[in-house]
Amino acid sequence: MRNAIGREIPDIIPGLGKVIGFGGAFTRKPIGRTAGPMLSSCFPRTDKLLASIETAIDAVGLKDGMTISFHHHFRNGDKILNRVVEAIAKKGIRDITLSPSSLNTVNDALIPFIEQGVITAIETSGARGKMGRFLTEGHLKKPLHIRSHGGRAQAIESGAIHIDVAFLGAPACDRYGNINGIQGQSACGSLGYAIQDAAYADQVVAITDNLVPHPLFPISIPQTQVDYIVVVDSIGDPAGIASGALRYTKDPKELLIAKYAADVMNYSGYLQQDFSMQLGSGGASMAVGRFIKEMMIEKGITGSFGVGGMTGVFAEMMEEGLFKMMFDVQSFDIPAIESIKKNSNHLEMSASYYANPHNSGSIVNNLDAVILSATEVDVDFNVNVITDSNGVIMGASGGHCDTAAGAKLTIVVAPLLRGRLPMVKDSVQTVVTPGETVDAIVTERGIAINPKRLDLMDNLKHSGLPIMSIHELKDIAYGLCGKPEPIQVSDDIVGIVEYRDGTIIDVIRRPIL
Amino acid sequence: MSKVRKTAQAGTVESSDIMIMLAPAEAGTGIKVELVSPTMQQYGKQMINLITKILVDHGIDDVLVNANDKGALDCTIKARVITALERAGE
Amino acid sequence: MDRLRRSMMFIPGNNPGMLQNAGLYGADTIILDCEDAVAITEKDSARNLVFQAISEMNYGTEVAVRINHISTPFGWDDLKRILPAKPDLIRLPMCQGPEEIRQIDEVISEAEHKNNFAAGSIKMMAAVETPKGLRLAYEIASASPRMVALAIGAEDFTANLKTTRSKLGRELFAARGQLVLAAREAGVQCIDTVFADVNDEAGLKNELELIKEMGFDGKSVVNPRQVTVVHQFFAPTAKEIDYAQRVLAAYQEALEKKSGVISLNGKMIDLPIVARAERVLAYAKATAAKGGR
Repeated sequence: MRNAIGREIPDIIPGLGKVIGFGGAFTRKPIGRTAGPMLSSCFPRTDKLLASIETAIDAVGLKDGMTISFHHHFRNGDKILNRVVEAIAKKGIRDITLSPSSLNTVNDALIPFIEQGVITAIETSGARGKMGRFLTEGHLKKPLHIRSHGGRAQAIESGAIHIDVAFLGAPACDRYGNINGIQGQSACGSLGYAIQDAAYADQVVAITDNLVPHPLFPISIPQTQVDYIVVVDSIGDPAGIASGALRYTKDPKELLIAKYAADVMNYSGYLQQDFSMQLGSGGASMAVGRFIKEMMIEKGITGSFGVGGMTGVFAEMMEEGLFKMMFDVQSFDIPAIESIKKNSNHLEMSASYYANPHNSGSIVNNLDAVILSATEVDVDFNVNVITDSNGVIMGASGGHCDTAAGAKLTIVVAPLLRGRLPMVKDSVQTVVTPGETVDAIVTERGIAINPKRLDLMDNLKHSGLPIMSIHELKDIAYGLCGKPEPIQVSDDIVGIVEYRDGTIIDVIRRPIL
Repeated sequence: MSKVRKTAQAGTVESSDIMIMLAPAEAGTGIKVELVSPTMQQYGKQMINLITKILVDHGIDDVLVNANDKGALDCTIKARVITALERAGE
Repeated sequence: MDRLRRSMMFIPGNNPGMLQNAGLYGADTIILDCEDAVAITEKDSARNLVFQAISEMNYGTEVAVRINHISTPFGWDDLKRILPAKPDLIRLPMCQGPEEIRQIDEVISEAEHKNNFAAGSIKMMAAVETPKGLRLAYEIASASPRMVALAIGAEDFTANLKTTRSKLGRELFAARGQLVLAAREAGVQCIDTVFADVNDEAGLKNELELIKEMGFDGKSVVNPRQVTVVHQFFAPTAKEIDYAQRVLAAYQEALEKKSGVISLNGKMIDLPIVARAERVLAYAKATAAKGGR
């Protein structure tokens, strides 16, 4: 079938069964009720503490074919995911579906377990480096299933993902299973991605290196959801969990793009008293934050809230009174972790509160502006963040399509060229975010506004910014690089890209490299 | 008719550049271009054609070309090939 | 009025990545550099890259080339190779006298003729970097109708003076003053030297305040960040524009009344002040035409 943005999707995908094609960003309404975990009980004076991860795997009765989940809050410092999978493999358990909120390069260590058939399916936000290339080559038995953060929350709550066992790294865990992410040597800040898993998994194993007397506070994940606790030496490497303060870029080209993006926001009319925004965590996104801050101070305005993965840059703005509060789904650096610990207006939020389209309104719906990155964009304003121009999986869906759908002003920033490759093309390799939710593409050589936003085009008319049509922007790119030959792909589907509402927006076919 | 009389090199392996190495070849070899590029699929053919054309335009019949590309645009490729030719003493 | 040259940004001629992006940052002029930024073994590479860049890239700004001095083995080859690409401006470093200008002027004229470019379309500027060059600045600036600007190259200059550059810049005071005098007498622009410490924005601002007061038209820069700061300094302020408009209104009134005296707020206005007001408004207009950047 051809879905609503013209992508060719097979009617039946091996490993997935029947497919519902993307029908538009705001078309699908859910029916039925939320799914739920198995009922459980826990008699008084039960000790949840188990001796080891191996014991825990036995205790939950993990069997072939089950689905296990993890959060990725420890980023490249994570020591849990690989360890648990290794233990599962040693027990001879196979055919496991891995459902982490995302994968990092530290998880390249899983490759042998995929080759051995221990893991036969993966549902994630993305994959990078060696793992990304490995999955692009099609070594995983079932196609890789990509979901955004909002889409994963939607899938968990509707039962489309059924988690048998959630293994959750817990920076601070008391003897009965209350968990928070802000205390201990492996503190990671917000546990936004873990909250759904804990609430909906049939069984939850907390793995901690910081067991404290009961009860601890604050509580992010309550004891009522935690079945077992395992204590290990270290659940994460602090250097990999959170870096020192992330700083904005000094690269002149990235700064130029950031300045243009901030100018677009300013002239758009959305930069007013009590506005709200999301910033990414990349160097260019944070540079936009710095320019926005200058503009806010100049205009004498303050914002109502900031949202997303939080960095020190944003926390600083809040502490300086420029924003009333922050909603944090993931804390990226040490200043952000300190902030969520000490500032009562820096709130932890779950992925569902953040971006789930199938509840009574997630916070992305209240966003005025969001700045997003891209690996490629096309003349229909569709955005790719998952594959590169060679069709190799190297990125993540993240909160991209969620924030783009919710925000009043969606700005995508990207250099017009990466090396010799044009980032504005006739057609992107893989669509993650549909063009109808994207308002402006900002590059260092020009800015294109979505033609259906006549109001924006009007406001930007006298800004002195290099506004042009998307086709002109593409022509500039092709004029510099030449028109690229399309890459060769086979018919083998190695990845499925699911839109936040559960429909299939695109598939990733194995490139013939 | 011009000839490449000795090996010569121009360019670097820095981002956006291309390193061109020319080596003399026996009469009848033709223009043999070996290209390594991160954009092989998208621009490989175009780049080889361009390098060949520049050499042909300079009257070269036989040469071995080794090109190591790091995302160079056409203007850079042209400049590097011409510099290598000048250094090879055509 | 001559075109705005508030910022003239140097781009190393042997760096393809930087050549591609040279036109992005809003500098009034980009100077593709075949001289100081290029190693001796790569002078041939640089001139070929610069030639191709000018021929194929659509920079949207004035494109200048700093050739090697004609007393080096490279200068004449630079001109021979690059002129057919039609750069807007040739910058000669280390100029020692008017004869050099005349020689280059002739070569440019030949190239214009041979390539069917409009005669005189390729301009020139010269940098003085020695006491002798500075002494002959007026003669250098007047040596050819192509000459549009004089510049000072401080590093070499202070070395020649047997002193070093300092934050206050007093060692350059006499030289800068003399350059402005020579440029004004010859009717060309004067461009100040590079401020090398790209992280010292406060230092750059101090220097800009000084040279703006002294009458300079612009400054050479080496980094995109500096372009914005320089433009802020050379843009007339609202106050200056307002005053200039009132001066011209008073001038207009005097003309209509056929009065020999121009007066504003009870003060007499001399013609040089009128000329300055016209210049301020022309600058303001040109700045606005660039979108206020």
